[in-house]
Amino acid sequence: MSGLDVLFCAVALVTAGSALLSVTSRQVLHAALWLVVTLGGLAGCYLVLGAELVALVQLLVYVGAVVVLVLFALMLTRSGGVPVVTTVPQRVAAGLVGAGTTVVLGGALLSAFGWRSVPVDGASNEQVAATIFGTDVWPFELLSVLLLIALVAAVAVARAPVGGQDDPSQRPDTPPEIEAVQGDAS
Amino acid sequence: MLAELPWALEAGLKAACVLAAFLTLPLALGQLEHKLMGHMQGRLGPMEAGPHGLGQLVADGIKFAQKEDVTPAAADRPVFRLAPAVALVPYLVALSAIPVAATWVAVDVPASLLLVLAVTSVGVIGTLMAGWGSGNKYSLLGGLRAGAQLVSYELPLVLAAASVAMAAGTLSLTGIVQEWSWWWLVWQAPAAAVFLAASVAELQRTPFDAPVADSEIVFGPLTEYTGLRFAFFLLAEYAGMVLMALLFTVLFLGGWRGPWDDAGGGVVGVLWTLLKATAVAVGFLWLRVAWPRVREDQLQRFAWLVLLPLALVQLAITGAGVVVLG
Repeated sequence: MSGLDVLFCAVALVTAGSALLSVTSRQVLHAALWLVVTLGGLAGCYLVLGAELVALVQLLVYVGAVVVLVLFALMLTRSGGVPVVTTVPQRVAAGLVGAGTTVVLGGALLSAFGWRSVPVDGASNEQVAATIFGTDVWPFELLSVLLLIALVAAVAVARAPVGGQDDPSQRPDTPPEIEAVQGDAS
Repeated sequence: MLAELPWALEAGLKAACVLAAFLTLPLALGQLEHKLMGHMQGRLGPMEAGPHGLGQLVADGIKFAQKEDVTPAAADRPVFRLAPAVALVPYLVALSAIPVAATWVAVDVPASLLLVLAVTSVGVIGTLMAGWGSGNKYSLLGGLRAGAQLVSYELPLVLAAASVAMAAGTLSLTGIVQEWSWWWLVWQAPAAAVFLAASVAELQRTPFDAPVADSEIVFGPLTEYTGLRFAFFLLAEYAGMVLMALLFTVLFLGGWRGPWDDAGGGVVGVLWTLLKATAVAVGFLWLRVAWPRVREDQLQRFAWLVLLPLALVQLAITGAGVVVLG
């Protein structure tokens, strides 16, 4: 094993371990914090495999923004410190889904590459850019449009009138009318 | 510069240099803040500890080290105790990728700009951990404010930095400074303004210090912290200021390059970088003295309705410029 292999194994172990802790943690907020470690570890895996750009974007987007939003949402609700109670069927179902996904992904990788080892040659940042904005520019732009539509739709849903009726007083952006209180001056 | 040294020794020396800079520059900035705020407000600032009060922050450090390290009974212990480290370490990592002169950079990676932005975005997790882990309602409110603020301002910050990267055609900080020329001061001026405002907000400094607003929510996420852990949070704030001032210098002010067309390879380049970064940092301090705190909703409006469109317009201008000139 080369030094890179050892490094990859270490990072992968950290990632897998924190992922396990994340799903078995009884407090949702601890689970979210373990998820931070998992996503950071995943970025480390990408880095060891030579995909510098992917690793840094993973860190910037997932750890820096997505998990922050998750933590923010957990802090807004009261669920952060409450222990999660799951039933046995739920756990079994979740385990089955996880195992199924692992088998499918592993099978796909094995059928694609077999057991032989593949040399690690991560594309340079210029190559990634050339692929995204050159060869694959149309799928990339389509995905951007999809994200844009989702964004606009989310805003539309958030601003929709309460109860489905367009009553001006029900719109969230109109301030509630404050009745003038007559002071008893005497 | 150090090519003849063995690899491990070179790495160790560089790490030691970065650590030394990480521990001394924030202290120097803190001292500057004490004195500058004092003189701006018609007073002297600290005068007793050492000549002209120079030892004030050392005395503060000794005081912090002597204080009892209290963990509240309601706190989530591991989260509460780990939070200062999570807030502090990202800035140390980011500082190692900042070039202070053409050859004076600890780690010169191809995408160093992205590295700095990605790593500093992790620091907010520490603030959120502090806010939640303290088991205190003011901490929780402060943590919520910090989370909302940092996510909102991250976007204009990254877009402004992306504009410079587009103009230079590289994600490497050393590459950006090599490509820089004086008229970028005009071309990239909106990006510079956006970056400056967004970095003040990322640092949670006045006027964007709603997360630690002392007159509203005690001290936000830091309310329950005492002793060294509190000092680590303070160090993280000032290290963040040093980092943002250096990053602003490198991105928008031409880094180590002086007004004369020199390569800036040696000590002169370092002096130019430090001079420019000090000017930017004085700007940060000045904002604190001069401006009141903005309200939470004003803060969000400013990010989404002013900074973000401005950053997008700048991206379009930069794109047009690159196409026309390139």
